[in-house]
Amino acid sequence: MSGLLGKKIGMTSIYDETGKNVACTVIQAGPCVVTQIRTKDRDGYDAIQLAYDDVDERKINKPLRGHFAKAGVSPKRIMAEFTRFEEGHRKSFGEVISVDVFTVGEFIDVSGLSKGKGFQGVVRRHKFSGVGGATHGQHNRLRAPGSLGASSYPSRVFPGMRMAGQMGQKKVKMINLRILHIFPEKNLIVVKGSVPGANGSYLKLERWS
Amino acid sequence: MNKPELVKYIESLEAPKQFPEFKAGDTITVDYSIKEGNKTRTQSFTGIVLQIKGAGNTKTFTVRKISGNIGVERIFPFASPNIERIEINKRGAVRRARIFYLRNLRGKKAKIKESRS
Repeated sequence: MSGLLGKKIGMTSIYDETGKNVACTVIQAGPCVVTQIRTKDRDGYDAIQLAYDDVDERKINKPLRGHFAKAGVSPKRIMAEFTRFEEGHRKSFGEVISVDVFTVGEFIDVSGLSKGKGFQGVVRRHKFSGVGGATHGQHNRLRAPGSLGASSYPSRVFPGMRMAGQMGQKKVKMINLRILHIFPEKNLIVVKGSVPGANGSYLKLERWS
Repeated sequence: MNKPELVKYIESLEAPKQFPEFKAGDTITVDYSIKEGNKTRTQSFTGIVLQIKGAGNTKTFTVRKISGNIGVERIFPFASPNIERIEINKRGAVRRARIFYLRNLRGKKAKIKESRS
């Protein structure tokens, strides 16, 4: 596995080699720096911690300032751990990783925080079709969830029952997005399809193969 | 919404092709390649330009022709690699940038005067 942290720039469409117009997302990924190495002996698991996106030192609290100083890097905005780095991709402390860990044509997984939709009803949140019709004296129930289950047995609502609630703004992972282009000089990756979040939101890019 | 600079950068990498300039009302022939199985051949589409829409690499133009009494419209992206050639057959004299009124006209009324410039 190898991975990077990045930022969603925006979507566009380009033409592939067969002349097809494909929707794609532009991601600015890296350069990331290794700020910590977790080992099985000390932490119970193997992982590396990557940090991305420079930030003003005043915006970082003192413990984190020390954390970055230890790695000898300027303060960064976000950090994430990447587990199961393969032998060839294992990185050392303080090393800089950029987009050249990926190659064009590979499939990567991209995860991030999806756009928040607020508190939504079941029709929008779970694709319910609403209850009944609008006529025959029926009112107020067009977008209602309907029955939640049987009555005296089980006398309770089963866990996981789909109801209204917060929609979006949770971690979403898009798997197997093909890399269409890589521009190392601008740290850009173009992947086929969409990725979670608004433009400018942070993403975690992983390649497992 | 404005496009982020880096998205514009990606779009600018697709080399813009040079086509002769035309506008709504002109009669043009578009030669484009189509794929049948693993063969590619060129087909042409001749008609009147209804509109030119968009900007950058999403700019498109619409061509309308009458094929056996049925109006046929095709939308081509300027950036499409499948367009091989565009030939201007006639310059039309129209007052509008988008001549959708042509869809409601038939026969002689659907004729567009040739511009004299």
